[in-house]
Amino acid sequence: MDTRIVPLAAERGAALEASYARAVAATRRRTILTLAAIAVLAVAAGFAAEVRPLVLLANLGGFTAYLGRILPPLTIANLGGDLAEWYWGLPKWAALLGETLLMAYLGTLLGGLAAFLLCFGAAANLARSRFGCVLTRRALEIFRTVPEVVFALIFVIAFGLGPMVGVMALAIHTAGALGKLFSEVVENIDMKPVEGLTAAGASRVEAIRFAVLPQVLSNFASYGLLRFEINVRGAGVMGFVGAGGIGQELLVAIRNFYYTDVSAILLMIIATVVLIDLGTERLRHHLIGLEQAR
Amino acid sequence: MREAPDLAALKARYPQAFRVAWAARLTGLGGLGAVLALAAFAMVRLDFSAARILNGLGRLGEFALLMLPPSPEGHLADFLRALAETLGIAFLGTLTAACLALPVAFLAARNVVPNPVLHFAVRRALDVMRSVDVLIWALIWINVVGLGPFAGALAIACADLGALGKLFSEAVETVDRKAAEGVTASGGGALHRIRFGLVPAVLPVLGSQVLYFFESNTRSATIIGIVGAGGIGQYLTELIRVLELQQVAFLVLMVLVTVALIDAVSGRLRRALIGGEPR
Repeated sequence: MDTRIVPLAAERGAALEASYARAVAATRRRTILTLAAIAVLAVAAGFAAEVRPLVLLANLGGFTAYLGRILPPLTIANLGGDLAEWYWGLPKWAALLGETLLMAYLGTLLGGLAAFLLCFGAAANLARSRFGCVLTRRALEIFRTVPEVVFALIFVIAFGLGPMVGVMALAIHTAGALGKLFSEVVENIDMKPVEGLTAAGASRVEAIRFAVLPQVLSNFASYGLLRFEINVRGAGVMGFVGAGGIGQELLVAIRNFYYTDVSAILLMIIATVVLIDLGTERLRHHLIGLEQAR
Repeated sequence: MREAPDLAALKARYPQAFRVAWAARLTGLGGLGAVLALAAFAMVRLDFSAARILNGLGRLGEFALLMLPPSPEGHLADFLRALAETLGIAFLGTLTAACLALPVAFLAARNVVPNPVLHFAVRRALDVMRSVDVLIWALIWINVVGLGPFAGALAIACADLGALGKLFSEAVETVDRKAAEGVTASGGGALHRIRFGLVPAVLPVLGSQVLYFFESNTRSATIIGIVGAGGIGQYLTELIRVLELQQVAFLVLMVLVTVALIDAVSGRLRRALIGGEPR
């Protein structure tokens, strides 16, 4: 068979090029318009946020100087002594860091429990009434939109200072965030087992236990671990408003210019968060593997 | 009339189905026990007390009544200005983070820069930036540029740079590499490969992630005022401390409505970007 590429007729070629040029021009116009809109918004935001580039430029040296100042004077000759002096408060800080982790754990657990109880009511396929479904969803939305620190501020006044308040604030926010994710997981299940069990006379609770839970549990656990990771970070700053954990100590160190303390505590927090990140990531991959093997 | 099933006969016929899986049950119970034991230990360690909770709940009930009806009590103009400041902080912080994260992400992506040392260094640096909370970044920036919303915008930019850099580089790594190979095959250089092979494929994904972050940053920007970095948080802290709860409720409502609006708008933009079905 003989196939040859026939060149386009001149006028068709011209028409094609013209339409190509039009398409490119249209894209270009849209890009320029988008960029212009973003630029206008950025300038407006700059005014609202009192951006002072000159101050930043003048003080950028200050930032590096600050970094230099918070780093401890470590010498090779006296490394052990210098390290000991840098981490003079290690026992106290370690205890506070442990407290922070426990806060994150308990907050995630209690919030996860609440989310678990609420998510079936908020899922469109399992909710008993339309009204209850909408109500639950709105409640969850409020729980997760109000930042946890705001809950902590209010709770500190109601319950008094201390880590218990931090746990409650974390738990409420977690309930809102996880409740939404959980209910989305529930909405995506295969409904056939539920129908089968209901047809065989199972109650709602039995249907959830034997038809829904096996489908969703590993996803729930994975989301819970992700939330734990986020809550460790959140628990670290609860101390800023007096709700326990290591935040109080860090705030005092930064406000009072205890420079080397700042770097010591920050490093401990960063190391903990990174370690937990890695650990939960591994666990979650394991869980996802289980899910896919099924 | 329905007959009761003959359980004994069924058991004899299908022993498999009635066997109790003791091993699985024990592991499950053991895991649950460990979780509960740790929770009990945490409650003791963190001074949970029923009396405090009951007292506090009573006071919370009082607060809830004091919040009604939400009202600005003549500070509406101040509140709106603070809200605009909050939105400005969130927008500028997200924009700065996105602009900085784009080049960094290409450096951290394995398929663009095949240098394991650089890749590792950039990734760890992003991890460190990400693990420091926004409020801590705000405290640090206040030392550099002074109190005010500018410090807040810089704080959000720093915290987000870590998160966005990681997400962007993952998006770049998972992109279909056929387009880039095509560009190379028709004689394009390394920069052409990035411009025509990678950027068009990842830009919509990145755009939608940036929109998500803008949403969550609006929430972060509301609390950044607690440490003095501008926005509505400053009013929120002061008003909660002096128990002006009607105004607090009004502020919280303002934030809720704003976040819901941004949610709706960015959801629409995101769908337009990805070109998915409107739901």
